[in-house]
Amino acid sequence: MMNYESPAVVVDDLHVFRGSHEVLPGISLSVPRGQVVGLLGPSGGGKTTLLRSIVGVQILAGGTVSVLGEPAGSPGLRSRVGYVTQDPSVYSDLTVRQNIAYFAVLVGAPRDAVERTIEAVDLTSDADSRVDRLSGGQRSRVSLGAALVGAPELLVLDEPTVGLDPVLRRDLWALFHRLADDGTTLLVSSHVMDEATRCDRLLLLREGHLLADDTPDGLLARTGAPDAERAFLALIENEVAA
Amino acid sequence: MRARLTLATARRVLLQVRADPRTLGLLIVVPCVLMGLLAWIFNGTHVFDRIGAPLLGVFPFVVMFLVTSVTTLRERSSGTLERLLSTPLCKGDFLAGYALAFGALAVVQALVATGFAIWICGLNVAGPLWLLVLVAVVDAVLGTALGLFVSAFARTEFQAVQFMPAFVLPQFLLCGLLVPRQLLPRPLELVSDVLPLSYAVDAMRTLTTEVDAAGDVGRDVAIVAAFAVAAIALGSLTLRRRTP
Repeated sequence: MMNYESPAVVVDDLHVFRGSHEVLPGISLSVPRGQVVGLLGPSGGGKTTLLRSIVGVQILAGGTVSVLGEPAGSPGLRSRVGYVTQDPSVYSDLTVRQNIAYFAVLVGAPRDAVERTIEAVDLTSDADSRVDRLSGGQRSRVSLGAALVGAPELLVLDEPTVGLDPVLRRDLWALFHRLADDGTTLLVSSHVMDEATRCDRLLLLREGHLLADDTPDGLLARTGAPDAERAFLALIENEVAA
Repeated sequence: MRARLTLATARRVLLQVRADPRTLGLLIVVPCVLMGLLAWIFNGTHVFDRIGAPLLGVFPFVVMFLVTSVTTLRERSSGTLERLLSTPLCKGDFLAGYALAFGALAVVQALVATGFAIWICGLNVAGPLWLLVLVAVVDAVLGTALGLFVSAFARTEFQAVQFMPAFVLPQFLLCGLLVPRQLLPRPLELVSDVLPLSYAVDAMRTLTTEVDAAGDVGRDVAIVAAFAVAAIALGSLTLRRRTP
C-alpha cells in the first residue's frame, strides 16, 4: 500500500545553519509511509537538526520540507505529527498519568487513550509515580507515551533507545513495528549501528550528507559488508576515495 | 475549543504547584509572617496603617514574579515548551493558562494575607475589602506577566532569580512607599510615572485613606492591568515555535 501513496516526508535541498556552521548543506530525501525508517550516523552529523526541521521547530536557511502533504510545521500537522526529543521532555514533578493526560487533552485524544498509551509503553504499574522518581529508561518511555497518546500519523523519535537495556530495546522496536503495521510512519534516529537491522529502511547521515537511502539488505548487498557498521565504514571510504 | 487547552494548561500548572507543598506553604505563609513582623516593628504608631496595605499589593507582585520566571524558564530549558508548541497548543493558550493558574493562586494568597493583616495585625482600611483583594490579585497577575517576559532573557535559574532585584527593586524604591512620589526629584518622579508598581501602590494607598475611592482605584487598577496585558503581549513574542 505504501507505494500507492505519496511519501510521508519529502525533504528537498534543505539548508540549515546552527551559528555560522552549515549543519545541513542541501540535503534531499523522502520517507515512505507506514514504515520504520532508521536515521543513522555518528553524533554531530545533523540527525537532530534534520528531525527538528521535519517537525517544524527548526529555522531553515533554504529548501523545503513537506510532511503528510503540507509544509512542515503547519498548524494542521500539529496533531498529526508526534515528536520525542532526545532528552525526555515531560514534567518531572507530575505523575506518569498526569503527564500523559495533559498531552492527551492538547492533541484532542479520546479519554481512554491515556490508559492504553500507559500500557503500550509498559508503565501501568508506575502510572501514579512521579516522573522524577523513575529510572532514565522509564522517563524516556513517558516522553514516548506523551507523543503516542494522540495516535499521530508520523512519529519522529530522536534516539529513543539510548540507555535502555536489551529487553526494553527489543520491546520498543516491537512496539514501533506494531505501530507501523497499523499505518503509522516512524522516523527513528540512532547512533547505534546494530539497530539498523531492525528498520525497514535506512538513511545514513554523516556531516550533513546522505551516504545511503536503502533497505538494510540492499545496503549490505551493495557494499558487500557483513553488517551495518562495516557497510557504513565502506561507504565513508568510498566517499573519501571518490 | 481554545478554552479547553487553556484550562488543561492551568490545571497542569496547579498540579505542579500542589506537587511542591513547600513552595505552596511559602507562597501563603511568607506574606503573613512579613505582615506580622511589620505590625510588630511599628507597634503603637500609625506607620503600619500607612504602609501595610501598599505592601499587601507588593508581596504578591514580587512572589509571583519570582515563581513565574523560574517556572517558565524551567519550561523553556527542559524542552517541554518546544514540545508544547509542536502540539495544537497556541502561545495564547499557554500564556492564558499560566495567568489563570497563578491568578488563582494569587487570589488565595491575597485573601489569606489580607485577612491576616486586618484581623490579626489590626490593619485599618477605609475602603471596601473586596477592592483590596482585587488590587492584590491584579498586582499578582502583573508579576506573573513580567516574570513570563523576563524568563526569555535568562539562561539559568540563577540568572532568573537575579532579575528580581534588577526588575523589582527599582520599582519598589520609586513606587512611593519610601518617599511620596510627588516629593521625588523630578526626573525620578517621571520614571516612577511609567512603572506599573507605582500605580499598584497608589491604588492601595487610596484604599487605606478614602472611604469612597472606587473611581481613583479603578483608574489605577486599569493602568496596572494594561501593563500586565502589554507584558503578556511582549512575552508572547519571546515564545517561538521555530528556533535556530
